Amino acid sequence: MKFFDKTEWSLLYALPVLIILLFALPTWLVNYVQVSMGMGLVALAVMIQMRAGLVSFGQGLYFCIGGYTAGMASKFWNISDIFVILVIAIVVTVAVSGILGFLLRRYREIFFAMLTLAVSMILFALLSSSHELGSTDGFNLPQASYLGWHPEGETGSTVLFILTAILTLACAILINRFLRGPIGKIIEAIRENELRVEYLGASAHVSVHVLYMIAATISAIGGVLWSMALGHVTPEMANWTTSGQFVFIVILAGTGNVFAPLVGTLILEVLRVYAVEISPNTWQMILGIVMLLTIVFLPKGLWSLFERFVKRLSSKEPAA
Amino acid sequence: MTTTVAIILDGFGFAAWLFLSSVGLTLIYGVMRILNISHGGFYALGAYSAAWAVGLYTQTGNTIALTYLIIPLAAIIVGTLTGLLVERGLLRFMYGHEEVLMVLVTYAVFLILEDATKLIWGTESYVAYQPAYWLGTIDVAGIPYTIYKFLIIGIALAVGAGLYWGLNRTRAGKLLLVVIHDREVSAALGINVTLFFTVTFVIGTTLGALGGALTAPEISVVPGIGAEVIVMAFAVIVIGGMGSVGGAMIGAVIVGFARALSVHLYPPIEMFSIYLVMAMVLAIKPYGLFALAEGRKI
Repeated sequence: MKFFDKTEWSLLYALPVLIILLFALPTWLVNYVQVSMGMGLVALAVMIQMRAGLVSFGQGLYFCIGGYTAGMASKFWNISDIFVILVIAIVVTVAVSGILGFLLRRYREIFFAMLTLAVSMILFALLSSSHELGSTDGFNLPQASYLGWHPEGETGSTVLFILTAILTLACAILINRFLRGPIGKIIEAIRENELRVEYLGASAHVSVHVLYMIAATISAIGGVLWSMALGHVTPEMANWTTSGQFVFIVILAGTGNVFAPLVGTLILEVLRVYAVEISPNTWQMILGIVMLLTIVFLPKGLWSLFERFVKRLSSKEPAA
Repeated sequence: MTTTVAIILDGFGFAAWLFLSSVGLTLIYGVMRILNISHGGFYALGAYSAAWAVGLYTQTGNTIALTYLIIPLAAIIVGTLTGLLVERGLLRFMYGHEEVLMVLVTYAVFLILEDATKLIWGTESYVAYQPAYWLGTIDVAGIPYTIYKFLIIGIALAVGAGLYWGLNRTRAGKLLLVVIHDREVSAALGINVTLFFTVTFVIGTTLGALGGALTAPEISVVPGIGAEVIVMAFAVIVIGGMGSVGGAMIGAVIVGFARALSVHLYPPIEMFSIYLVMAMVLAIKPYGLFALAEGRKI
């Protein structure tokens, strides 16, 4: 039995590619790649929940928890070590999502969508009205340090980029494992028919709870990496419109593969730069129209196009 | 004493606003099983068109009294036309899909409406305070209140009573209750379900626009108000039970008082209090106070 499957090999190959891009691309573009890796993890979290038929309109909650953990650790305890921050963020997230999971795992479909939204708006409301944390403006983060090493300037951003790439791809590989594993199979069955899953002896509630906590954890990691890259956090991270964007990415990219949301985020971020420059007030309208077109004509997202393309290639090869 | 009076009056004031902003949402869900995120977009459209129309009118220097006609008129025109456009042009092709997919569709509509509003009215704020001030204020236990606030409470009660009467006392309303109960059987009995859907959706969106239009004189109309109101409306209809008009009224009163209490006693938790009561209600009744019963499908 092979240790890595095809997707995981591609993810491993992506690491050297990303590092080459770091030196080959102009700095502003590298920044977008880095930022979209953090966001891509959140989109990935939305994607795995969508596989269970659960649409999370509040994934920004954990994105924000990750970002604010990083911010508050440096602001109040003077911790800028990214590994310590990641550990704190994961502990906080596991605790929060573990408790909320008991409430949310009972709900499906629109109720799940609405309640995840409501829960993330609680954090949004709390942060927006807290003066110590800069209210709606948020606050700035210091540069990250690594186990006592404080690289400055150019080196600092290079190291952060490489670490972001490694963590993002590692998370993607782990998620791929999770989806191939028993709970990954159960959650797909939950989408099809939850009652039959229960008759077969699996617990839908426990599976959804675990799924929710895993999604929360990678969103928080994404939040830490994103805010470290940007050097700033705002309550806007927890607003439902932010979460809506992640949903949009997954609708557009599809749920077929862990690669889809990561690549989707990158494409969307780069497109946004141009669209906002050309006409700032029509970006959301474009998003809305693209979303409708995707839902109607490509219900499995852009990834299904790619898959069809690959299939056609491989079916032609033996004939030739 | 003054605080108690203030809490009660503000509680009803908030409740009236919440009811007007959320009743259309619960109506559409009850009949069509569509959780209409674009409701926030209709609210914003109503607010902008009313503020804009009132602004244009007051520049002419005529009596302010006519603005009380202009506000609902603007909401009805915008809500009906846009509602028809969205339902006939898009949603009717989507019926029969999963409820979750419809959420995403209406989210897309919300995004489009948001930018459409920005394209029409720009990103600067609109203020149309004249109708709210023209009626003057009234002293209740030493606190001045604008009479406009009482007018809104009256309108909310009238809308609630009107919906109750329409649903339970008219032929069309009774047929609608049949459609809510079972869509397929009512179609088989010869009820024009498609027509009921269209009419319900348009009424729902018009109510959303009306909620925005009536609020416009009390606030400054800025981009983003649609995204804010949809969250409040969700909380209200979840507490009351989705699809129940009476539930929306109770939900609005509960949320309104929770907000008024926190505003007067401990302001930092104003937003938090809303979700707190929501969590408390859901912990006891997972699908809200007056949720419709659902059969379990195997």
